[in-house]
Amino acid sequence: MENKLIILIAVILGTIALSQLVRVYELSSKLRKNGEYEVSNRDNVLMARLMLIFMIFQFLGLIYLMIKYGWTGLGVAASNEGVETDWLLNLNFVIILAIFFLTNFLLFYFSFKYVRKPGVKAYYYPHNNKLELIWTIVPAVVMAVIIILGLKSWNKLTAMSGSDAIRIELFSKQFDWTARYAGADNVLGRHDYKLTTDNNELALITSNTIDTSIRVMLQGPSGIEAIQRILNNRDTVLNDSSMNALRTDLSRKERLLRLLFQMKGQHSKALDNSAWDDIIQKDTLYLCVNQPYEFNFRSKDVLHSAYFPHFRAQMNNVPGMTTRTKFTPILTTEQMRKKMNDPKFNFVLLCNKICGGAHYKMKMIVVVKDKKSYDLWMKQKSKETFKAKYFPAPVSKAPVTPATTSNAAMAPATNVNK
Amino acid sequence: MASVAHDEHNHADMHHGDHHHEEGFVSKYIFSQDHKMIGKQFLMTAVFMGIVAMLLSVLFRIQLAWPGESSDFLSFFLGEQWAPNGVLKEDMYLGLVTIHGTIMVFFLLTGGLSGTFSNILIPLQLGARDMASGFLNMLSYWFFLISSLIMLYSLFISTGPAMAGWTIYPPLSALPQAMSGSGTGMTLWLLSMAIFIAGSLIGSLNYIVTVINLRTQGMTMTRMPLTIWTFFVTAILGVLSFPVLLSAALLLMMDRLVGTSFFLSDIIVGGEMLANHGGSPILFQHLFWFLGHPEVYIVLLPALGLSSEIIATNSRKPIFGYKAMIGSILAIGFLSFIVWGHHMFITGMNPFLGSVFVFTTLLIAIPSAVKVFNYLTTLWRGSLIFTPAMLYAIALVSTFITGGVTGIILADSALDIAIHDTYFVVAHFHIVMGMSAVFGMFAGVYHWFPKMYGRMMNMRLGYVHFWITLVGAYGVFFPMHFVGLAGAPRRYYDSSSFGDFNESSYNMIMDLNVIITIFAIIAALGQLVFLFNFFYSIFRGPKAPQNPWNSTTLEWTTPVEHMHGNWPGELPTVHRWPYDYSKPGSDVDFIPQTVPLADGEEEH
Repeated sequence: MENKLIILIAVILGTIALSQLVRVYELSSKLRKNGEYEVSNRDNVLMARLMLIFMIFQFLGLIYLMIKYGWTGLGVAASNEGVETDWLLNLNFVIILAIFFLTNFLLFYFSFKYVRKPGVKAYYYPHNNKLELIWTIVPAVVMAVIIILGLKSWNKLTAMSGSDAIRIELFSKQFDWTARYAGADNVLGRHDYKLTTDNNELALITSNTIDTSIRVMLQGPSGIEAIQRILNNRDTVLNDSSMNALRTDLSRKERLLRLLFQMKGQHSKALDNSAWDDIIQKDTLYLCVNQPYEFNFRSKDVLHSAYFPHFRAQMNNVPGMTTRTKFTPILTTEQMRKKMNDPKFNFVLLCNKICGGAHYKMKMIVVVKDKKSYDLWMKQKSKETFKAKYFPAPVSKAPVTPATTSNAAMAPATNVNK
Repeated sequence: MASVAHDEHNHADMHHGDHHHEEGFVSKYIFSQDHKMIGKQFLMTAVFMGIVAMLLSVLFRIQLAWPGESSDFLSFFLGEQWAPNGVLKEDMYLGLVTIHGTIMVFFLLTGGLSGTFSNILIPLQLGARDMASGFLNMLSYWFFLISSLIMLYSLFISTGPAMAGWTIYPPLSALPQAMSGSGTGMTLWLLSMAIFIAGSLIGSLNYIVTVINLRTQGMTMTRMPLTIWTFFVTAILGVLSFPVLLSAALLLMMDRLVGTSFFLSDIIVGGEMLANHGGSPILFQHLFWFLGHPEVYIVLLPALGLSSEIIATNSRKPIFGYKAMIGSILAIGFLSFIVWGHHMFITGMNPFLGSVFVFTTLLIAIPSAVKVFNYLTTLWRGSLIFTPAMLYAIALVSTFITGGVTGIILADSALDIAIHDTYFVVAHFHIVMGMSAVFGMFAGVYHWFPKMYGRMMNMRLGYVHFWITLVGAYGVFFPMHFVGLAGAPRRYYDSSSFGDFNESSYNMIMDLNVIITIFAIIAALGQLVFLFNFFYSIFRGPKAPQNPWNSTTLEWTTPVEHMHGNWPGELPTVHRWPYDYSKPGSDVDFIPQTVPLADGEEEH
């Protein structure tokens, strides 16, 4: 608290001191009968010199930063795509640094050189069509080069990935990442957010998970039946707001339940297997060097962005849709550690779209292994398929029919949405 | 003298004259319909908002430089709730960032810059008695003030202000379960912005009508100063793009309050499965950036206009390529509407659409380059007088270049992937739009202060203020590019998690963050010099002469003492373009627009 007081006092005293200084200056300038609005030649020349000095410091500062930190504090690109991005980025940096130094030099040098000199009149030079044409065309040509090279890269980066690419889904929620490998068939099982339950966090679609969800929706701890029990209980009196909240909740869940039944009706058992063999992996993402990957992104709640700084890859995770990107890692973690001269270095997946208070903590370590140790890891991991890990025993075929509920509106046949 | 103005102008209760009754305090200072007073009201409000936003930035810069360390400064301003033991809370960090951005972009640089100088200069430089509608003009200020107050109020509510970033992307901004600021704070944000947009629209329509209809005799469109051209194009941009933001805000409001699904689909948040289906968060981004990108030029163009005028005046030379400048302004204005997608390359938007936006965005570099080269040629062989306004105008050209060239990298979708949403972006737009526009605004204030308040600002304090600000600005934003290139994402409460996987990046980011914060604090303290100079000069500055900078434009032909109707007697007639400086064959180095062409003199 004392500190605060001291700060306040310092600010106030500083302001007073400043105002006194100005008063003194004001009085002295009145004595000299200097017009306040006329810039004296001394001041003018001083400003011109400071302009030049500023330019020198500006240039030196930038050059120092570039020498000390390079254009990237990230090290070399660790993916095929990243190598190309870096090449293009370097080229663009050369172009823009040239423009920066040239135009800033002219700006500050002219400011210095053409400062008002007594007796020298400015040169009346309103326009020159030829000059103007030149500096329209030259930037246009430079831009054309940048655009053509940029779009060539962009088309490559966004082209469909080949069939040799391993499919991995990166599922995001506040505030962590979950990876899902496509498993033996290299096909990611389909998903629907309504199927999210405790042992199906990624909401994969199989006949079993649909049945489980319907059961939870109906009979779960805050399922439809539980809500109805509370609402129909004659022994409790609810106030208006909690009553309304419950009713809203109930109608929402009834609507979701109808959609679940609809899903059940349309689901083909043949698709089950593409989900069952998927492998869910938390904490660390393991990749194999020189193996093309296609990443599918999904979000449970708000926008996130999957940012792999070292692979120069990034894509937003958008709730309600799947986004994709691809890259092929070309350096293993070990190789990169040597290059970075840092035995503790790791690749990383960061969240790069504001997603809530703990946004800055949302990351996943990425480990790139060589083929041998990756295969070894995968062999172990492939036993932990979705089915093996989360639905090991045959799920009890609980009678999930509309008959279990008294509410006729929940009949599976009602195609409300159509 | 004043009675003539009175007769010509039927606002009997609003004029200003020696032998008429004095205006009441309320009609003169508060509910004024006089464009000069409204301009000053905009300026005062914006200065206040600017101080608040700058203070917020210092608060979060302290957290970034010294994460987790207790700071008396933080607890002093934020108290126990938001900075327990002097350590900023994560949520409030995002709240500070959000409100800093919102105030700076909308309240300081849109309302403040365009509001102030459009109001003061459009009638004065066109030779009009006032705006087309004084009442609407007053209304636009009051909407602006009310929206400012609501935005400020949102800082003080218990759940905190809006925290989803100034771009308020849903679903984060739509779901109170996702973060505390998305509750009442976001509702107030949307309300405030809706009112702000209404005020901005009224103001812009007024500016457009005034420019088209109220030019004095001889003031053809191609004799208008470049300031007016930029205000005119800015107003058109505002009218065409702000309603789209309003629609986005209204749809978001409906998603939040009535359960629609414009931007929401398949969401589970806080353990609750929402029934919303079929909406798209990307739709919001399209709507937002359809305003958001023209907004950049709404902020920047007036600053460029002001600096054009100031550079010409203080170089004692005509602005080089007047018509090319107008062409560039129009081209930038047009292109600004078809580039918004460059904010969305990696949102999941169709990559082909991305390519189109790459093309249109990089086209903007051409008119921008033309402008820069024209400024350089204007300085060439000039007779430069470094008033503080001139220094700021030149600094603006410098930041416009520095920030503009990094835009070339960000506009290239293939490169944007690697640096999108990092501090590189933050550095880019702060320099090109933040610093340039702020410098333009300072240039304008120093240059037209005598016109606004009839007194001069202190020149030497202006110099001190300028050098602190310029050094501070580059000291903050040069290193910030490198933080971004090290892969540090923006809106991170704390980048020290880099220590978990990359020691060298971590050291670099933390070192640079300390440097940036120190420069930011210096630059912020430097603004005290300005504030002192500004308020002191309003009351005690030396009396201004009628035309302190020997300028050619019409505003300097009005009497120093403000009067309603601007000119005593008849409105001036314009005979020439506004840039006849150092014209050969003339004894003086400036010929005001009101002077008829001499025999055999060519216009230009």
